[in-house]
Amino acid sequence: MKPGAVAIVGAAETTRLGLVPDMSQIQLHADAALNALADCGLTPKDIDGVACAAEWPTELAHYLGITPTWVDGTMVGGCSFMLHVRHAAAAIAEGLCTTVLITHGESGRSWVGSQAVGINQASLAGQFELPYGVLGAPTMFTIPVLRYMKDHGLTHEQLANVAVVQREWAGMNPRATHRDPITVQDVLDSKLIAYPFHVLECCLVTDGGGALVLTSAERAKDFPTRPVYILGTGESVETPMISQMQDFTSSRAFRVSGAKAFAEAGITHADVDHLMIYDAFAHLPIYGLEDLGFVGKGEAGAFIWERHTAPGGKLPMNTNGGGLSYMHSGMYGMYALQESVRQMRGIAPAQVAGAKTSVCHGVGGMFGASGTIIMGNALP
Amino acid sequence: MIGSPAMSINPKTLPRPTPETRHFWEGAKLGELRLQQCDACTHVYFPPRPFCPECASRQVSVVRASGRATLYSYVINHRLPKWIDAPYAIAVVQLEEGPRMMTNILGVPQTPEALVLDMPLEVVFESVSADIALPKFRPARGDAR
Repeated sequence: MKPGAVAIVGAAETTRLGLVPDMSQIQLHADAALNALADCGLTPKDIDGVACAAEWPTELAHYLGITPTWVDGTMVGGCSFMLHVRHAAAAIAEGLCTTVLITHGESGRSWVGSQAVGINQASLAGQFELPYGVLGAPTMFTIPVLRYMKDHGLTHEQLANVAVVQREWAGMNPRATHRDPITVQDVLDSKLIAYPFHVLECCLVTDGGGALVLTSAERAKDFPTRPVYILGTGESVETPMISQMQDFTSSRAFRVSGAKAFAEAGITHADVDHLMIYDAFAHLPIYGLEDLGFVGKGEAGAFIWERHTAPGGKLPMNTNGGGLSYMHSGMYGMYALQESVRQMRGIAPAQVAGAKTSVCHGVGGMFGASGTIIMGNALP
Repeated sequence: MIGSPAMSINPKTLPRPTPETRHFWEGAKLGELRLQQCDACTHVYFPPRPFCPECASRQVSVVRASGRATLYSYVINHRLPKWIDAPYAIAVVQLEEGPRMMTNILGVPQTPEALVLDMPLEVVFESVSADIALPKFRPARGDAR
């Protein structure tokens, strides 16, 4: 895809985030969608492409009264929305549709109008992982990190520090769920969830949603909002079983997706002003920084410790506070995308001064999938 | 139970064998850890599939693993379900033949001090229903297989 051919013109989250027990899951999609459409001055009748996850696109289109000519229900976990952006950009460039609405809504805390989906006991994960006492993401996504710690010397303090730095960013964000400063010792003293992970190293569980509207860069000039251009995109999947991840110290899906996005955008790491790395757990930014090539193997823990990703650092990362402190409804990718858009528009609560290029990197499943979107606020 | 970390059985977490995995579960009931090996490229793999994930050949054989492994990585779960009464490790072991698999580690305290990465292990089978025995691992005594 040609960098800058497609732009995000509308972006918004649900009016409220956190605890929203008065809205069902599909209504969280709609609330975010109506906010994003209002943001760019459109109505559902102007939309001819829809994509979403956690609900069927059929449900979304019917609920909002949209007649699409392009539909994407790709569901690979929390980075599904990065894949939707990538697919939408290709579809718009190809002329399959002109104006795409991507939504996310999840009643992750209140469980209103949503249904838990367990592991199929006949699937490979059901036969070869479920019997060993796995209970959701905290007991699976976390398994590789002890191997990483032994191989690369990452310390418990460095892992805890990921949460500490992100809390600093959250402190600057009025919408963040947790804003009070924390120390490394606070993290290490917090409740053990799945050793070596403490509760403060695990994501929040909240209600909320977000939506994006995309159209061609040419048309984007006519919208009231500052266009945020799609410069490069990547996606990949690896395995639905954490035990079968090829390398416990590096994600193949991250490497493939990230390399694809950088190649497409034609930028180098030095060009990146702002970075989002989906942080369901504290080790993800560490894997992400290395697998995307921002630092060498085994260097990310020290890189964060040296405050390079903290406020005032050379590579501001997870500036909304991340899944650890901002919000995490279950599939966080949409909120990472929203923060990249805000940074590129220059309206983020913790705005990075003069930021022109943002890399937004997502994970799906337990290192199972990945999507990377590189955005810019000027045409290349 | 062989020093098991107090895990009683929840039927909703028992494996439901499929035609492609039946050989594995039949082997486990007999006390054999079964892998598969490609006749064309010799790749040894797990979990079961009736073709080679490396070269896609359908000519594959079931082979018996030595049962020897090392502790590759793990977490100790402290958020306990109703049917388990103490923190337990969910581990991934590196089998001697190459593949890795998820398991539990028996016969040792479920603590970071006792569970040392790369410690040698050997397979044991824990019968959890009339049809299913789960491969688990304990510190190696040298008499596996």
